[in-house]
Amino acid sequence: MIPLSSIQRTAEELMAKAAIEIPEDYLDGLRRCADTEKGDLSAFVIKAMLENYEAAKEDRRAMCGDTGLPRWYVKIGNDARIEGGPVALEAALRRATARATANVPLRPNRVHPLWRTDHNNNVGINAPEIEYAFHPDADWIELTTVHKGGLFGTDYRMLFPGDGIDGIKRFYLDTLIGFGKRGLACQPAIVGIGLGGSKDTSMVLGKQASCLRVVGSRNPDPKIAALEDEFKELGNNIGMGAMGFVGSSMVIDCHIEVGYCHTGGMPMSVHMFCLSSRRACARINADGKATFRTDPIWFTDYMRRETVEWGQLAAEAAE
Amino acid sequence: MSDLKTVHIALPARTEDLRKLEIGSVAYLTGRVFTAREGVYKRAIGDGFGMPAGKDVLGITNFHCSPAASINPDGSYTVGAVTATASFRFAQWLGGWFKISGCNIIIGKGGMTSETYRTQFVPNNAIYLTTVGYGTGALLGRGIKRVAGVYWLEELGLAQAVWVLDVEKFGPFLVESDLDGNSLFERENAKIAPGLAQLYAGTRPATLHRYGETDDKTKEVI
Repeated sequence: MIPLSSIQRTAEELMAKAAIEIPEDYLDGLRRCADTEKGDLSAFVIKAMLENYEAAKEDRRAMCGDTGLPRWYVKIGNDARIEGGPVALEAALRRATARATANVPLRPNRVHPLWRTDHNNNVGINAPEIEYAFHPDADWIELTTVHKGGLFGTDYRMLFPGDGIDGIKRFYLDTLIGFGKRGLACQPAIVGIGLGGSKDTSMVLGKQASCLRVVGSRNPDPKIAALEDEFKELGNNIGMGAMGFVGSSMVIDCHIEVGYCHTGGMPMSVHMFCLSSRRACARINADGKATFRTDPIWFTDYMRRETVEWGQLAAEAAE
Repeated sequence: MSDLKTVHIALPARTEDLRKLEIGSVAYLTGRVFTAREGVYKRAIGDGFGMPAGKDVLGITNFHCSPAASINPDGSYTVGAVTATASFRFAQWLGGWFKISGCNIIIGKGGMTSETYRTQFVPNNAIYLTTVGYGTGALLGRGIKRVAGVYWLEELGLAQAVWVLDVEKFGPFLVESDLDGNSLFERENAKIAPGLAQLYAGTRPATLHRYGETDDKTKEVI
């Protein structure tokens, strides 16, 4: 049984880690941009950001004043038992979000969309979002928090099979250029593309591709992996760098995730995880002990499964 | 660290100091700034409340942001990071804003159009500074030495209130507009734009068009 106190303590620590410590994979990617960026203004921006990460860690203050929209991804082992059940788990995550908002401090961004009511704690109706996934043969749970900016750098479009790879490329460029101007997307970014699924799934997959995969990871489908490489290259050849200044630093990496979609369509979404790519993850074992990391390992073979059955059942079905 | 020119500006800035600024220079500020974003603009101008305090209290440097801050049990404030919000959406208020605030420096994210600079900023001897990368929240947080006051906290909440901040070597910022109304972003966009068409070479527009790609509502969008 995973103790609730451990879940809340870990969640609070994750909120602070995400806000303060830039993940190593993004940092390495940005350093590579710094090495190659020729545009003087874009290079200055990257240098300033590298200094900012140091300042954040030294002072233990948030790297960005805009908290974005803090949210949670929870992966639950098939054999995990949570003290108080899922309702208690959700309460612990909401409590941790509120407490970290005051303690780090984080800006209380969440308001009612119409009445602009602010509870000053980043908690409200349907906030923070909590998404769930499961993992076979495990008794742990994994918590990931992501603080992603909330206004720019994301778009959705219903494409059709006839639009093909060119159509995907066009929409990708449209989004990068449109939100890249004046740096509204806070690039260079980890760009996530969601392809297929239903419309909402396309948005979810693209967001997860940008926020839950680390720089350098590749889709297991070799053709999709090649597209990821191609699109990364393409994005960095727009002629635009950080803040939309002349340069080559637009895309730290490009990740594509797919889902089976309507036979007539090819929905697509694009998401940009910014210069403050804030994500932190921990696994909490059955005894309550937590181990922290920055790679959520969200997309597993199980998550990307194509078959009806899984594991032993899938093996039996194949025979 | 780069070949960019660096300037230090004492606040409130004098017009003759602003006149020397060139777009693309790096700027650091020392003195008093106050935060005001959409909630404040709407309340001050749209709802007719005017400014929450005089220029002597607020200063004349307006930062489009609100800090990541919390109020301690003893009434003091903890300010962590501070990052600007996108400024283009404030353009509609600017005529009235300059009149009632007397501001001559606006700080924010992404700037506004050079047309806005020429029609609104230039007549008021005002310039625009953009934050850098839009994520140097920790560096900016370090530059805040004191919270001199908070206004409209009850009315607007922590994230929209007017925070009056005494700052020292507050930055870095980039000079986005000068007193002639030139825009750094537009200069850069003009350099990038000619190369964009070739990125799309050989591809067809999407099968299904959307409103937004055309403003003509009578046009078939399929």
